[in-house]
Amino acid sequence: MALSATRVNTAEHDDRMDFIALMARVCEQDRSAFHQVFAHFGPRVKSLMLKSGADPALAEDIVQDVFVAVWRKAGQYAPERGAVGTWIFTIARNIRIDRLRRLSSQPYEDIEAIELVDDQPDAEQEMEAVQRAELVAGALVELPADQREVIELAYLHDLPQSEIASRLALPLGTVKSRMRLAYARLKQKLEEKI
Amino acid sequence: MTIAHHLDDATLMRYASGDLDEAFLVVVASHLAMCDHCRHAARKAEELGGELLEEAEAAPVQAGSFEAVMNRLDTAETGDAVQPSPRPFGSAGSDVPLPLARRIGGRLDDIAWRTIAPGVKKHVIATQPNSPSALYMLWVAPGKAVPEHGHGGAELTLILSGAYRDAFGIFGPGDIADLDEHVEHQPRVEDGAPCICLVAAETPIRFKGIVSRLLQPFVGI
Ligand SMILES: [Zn+2]
Repeated sequence: MALSATRVNTAEHDDRMDFIALMARVCEQDRSAFHQVFAHFGPRVKSLMLKSGADPALAEDIVQDVFVAVWRKAGQYAPERGAVGTWIFTIARNIRIDRLRRLSSQPYEDIEAIELVDDQPDAEQEMEAVQRAELVAGALVELPADQREVIELAYLHDLPQSEIASRLALPLGTVKSRMRLAYARLKQKLEEKI
Repeated sequence: MTIAHHLDDATLMRYASGDLDEAFLVVVASHLAMCDHCRHAARKAEELGGELLEEAEAAPVQAGSFEAVMNRLDTAETGDAVQPSPRPFGSAGSDVPLPLARRIGGRLDDIAWRTIAPGVKKHVIATQPNSPSALYMLWVAPGKAVPEHGHGGAELTLILSGAYRDAFGIFGPGDIADLDEHVEHQPRVEDGAPCICLVAAETPIRFKGIVSRLLQPFVGI
């Protein structure tokens, strides 16, 4: 039991390292590296868009938008600010806002631009992206089911907080406090390792 | 800039998951432009999204999907690469955070205020029709006290200049008051300078009664 868990973690660790190395090659316009990034994340981004309410044709189209952006912005990916999956999630989220919510993601672009120029990595961020991602994964595994449900509905299914509350027949305050608890656990995981 | 009052964790997660309407997003992003602490915190909330994406089951893409991406890249104009804008504030000499500067220009002095009550001026910022919350700026005179009041819905107030004080403390430039619909407070602007702030407010239920109508100008502070 313990042995197989270790083996799985090692395989995941290698995968995450691979994607950082692949992104470095994508920056050099390496199409086969880009294809490997697409093969892993493309179907996950499609799943995200289907869960968010896009029909299959639109989900497919958004996947293409996301990877056009991944190629163009490859030079802005900085491993010290997080795993490749986090970076692709933020690109997918922004395009989801533009295309599914029909709002502007410009404020997110502004913040990203400020981060690129201004932010010195702090002690936590200097932890390897891979190590951080594993801590986040660990925090997710330990999350009570009711908290996990709420954050999946928010992040993956793109449900507004108020709609999560009505779907689960909970007061809005309970949804908020479950989100806060999930975040607190994540923060604790990341901070205890410095 | 020392910032004492930050975003609620639940608000950070709404930002990270993409669940803020236009008005709230502009206020949150304007605070993030001014606040390293919340920028780092937002990144953690985004890492949660990254891991959920990583763990999501894969939905097969269509055959030829990757080739379609490459084809779009090969045929696209080259000039549309994103150019990062380097400064937290709109431009040199600006006192307005970048996400707000896009809406009102670079200087607080240039805002066209409208007086709505003695010592209180307002400037409404237009938002898209599918974004129900209101976005506006308030100018409140030095020393002005606002009667005790609640809010019709959740409300986010970012101080841009000057300061006010209420039961939660002193709120100065960069501070954010992240209040839910149940909070009541009685702010008073500090002496010496007007307080200028940026507000996102959920559309309130219609105010009833003469007292509420008299207080309506003060909603937002
Ligand atoms: Zn802050």
